Amino acid sequence: MIRGENISLKLGEKTILRDISLVVDPGEFVVLLGPNGAGKSTLLKVLALILKPTSGRVIHKYQGSDREEDIKRKIGFLSHRSFLYERLTAWENLEFYGKLYQVADLTRRAEEILEQVGLSYYCHDPVYTYSRGMVQRLSLARLLLHNPEMLFLDEPFTGLDQKGGEILTETIKVLHEQGKTMLMVTHYFDRGVDLAGRILVLNKGSKVFDGKLTSSDLRDIQEFYRAQVETE
Amino acid sequence: MRKIFWIIWKDLAIELRSREVTGAMVLFALMVLVIFAFSFLRPGEKLPPEMIPGVIWVTVAFAGMLGLNHAFLPEKQNDTLTGLILAPVSKSAIYLGKVGTHFLFLLLVEIIALPLFFIFFNIQMQGSVLYLVPVLFFGTAGFSGLGVFLSALSVHTKSNELLLPVILFPLLIPLLLGGVKATGIVFNASWADPVWVGAYWSWLRLMAVFDIIFFTLSLVLIDYVLEV
Repeated sequence: MIRGENISLKLGEKTILRDISLVVDPGEFVVLLGPNGAGKSTLLKVLALILKPTSGRVIHKYQGSDREEDIKRKIGFLSHRSFLYERLTAWENLEFYGKLYQVADLTRRAEEILEQVGLSYYCHDPVYTYSRGMVQRLSLARLLLHNPEMLFLDEPFTGLDQKGGEILTETIKVLHEQGKTMLMVTHYFDRGVDLAGRILVLNKGSKVFDGKLTSSDLRDIQEFYRAQVETE
Repeated sequence: MRKIFWIIWKDLAIELRSREVTGAMVLFALMVLVIFAFSFLRPGEKLPPEMIPGVIWVTVAFAGMLGLNHAFLPEKQNDTLTGLILAPVSKSAIYLGKVGTHFLFLLLVEIIALPLFFIFFNIQMQGSVLYLVPVLFFGTAGFSGLGVFLSALSVHTKSNELLLPVILFPLLIPLLLGGVKATGIVFNASWADPVWVGAYWSWLRLMAVFDIIFFTLSLVLIDYVLEV
């Protein structure tokens, strides 16, 4: 469970987030929507403990220890930036992150996850030889390597081709069914949004809507989103 | 501790493939030595003893500076710095890993450049070469420690590569002063004279105190500096 209490973030004179409070329950899938510059990615980074808020606080509650290192082990973050080292091979990237996350039986887990994303054959090639789609699949492998409970997805479909998008949508669906808690920022209404049980709309750093989806029809969701942003 | 090792391992693996940083550092050190050799020496002559520490520390400082620009800057590509911060690793471990890598790179430059320095300048030492080891150790550790901290501080600025030497070199003055003075004693002073031996240990103490102060400050402040 994540609880954000009165989160505000200022960078210099600019206010990026204004007094946002929210609770995300275990197993919930929340989509963050909003126009460019609304503060969606920043809110995601604050909730994922990458950024510290100027005021307010973020509390993560999982089974086990409350130490920050243990909490971070439960978090996975997928962004349109890959977090991968291009000079290293796919295997070495996973080995490095696996060691940092202290993944048990790392060799077996890395083999398993590379197989899952379809990169086993290329795992000893350096990442700079990969196509954009392959890089994103490897990012997905990096995300899932330590089997996180809480997933943050920041524009995960950016730059993916049709097939890559389909694979990612399918993976998100499977993870949701496994009961992972997910928070996703996206502009692509046709990918994954219909799976979410709840949407949160941000505009100019403030939360303008937070509620359950009443319809799984994409057109309804788009209309609803437009109405929320335009009324501000 | 293991995580520090893995950060160093990752940086060394990347460097082994590209050789971008160490290649540039070693080449730069050699270039400095060759230019100084042509400038200061006539055939058959030896380098004036008072110039020896200057040549050594200019070479170390400039080569070290090149390496510092690459301490955190490559982590911006693909936003791997966020990947590191997101991982269950303390920011102190990230900092110490980067210091370890830069220390090893600079050590490599010294191991290659020093023998060449003795050959090019036809140097004969008064003291044992072993006395030079702690001077280079404290000098290199302090340079890497403070330099990597300031590199982290300037990594999000637009003119990172210009800003770093401007803020680093004034702060390094006590360390470089101690290094130059202690090296001068190792090469030129009489080791039978207890005054010189006392002076050597005093300069070495200054360098050690510099290292302790800046390492402590860096470890305390790195949490705030490495905010993405």
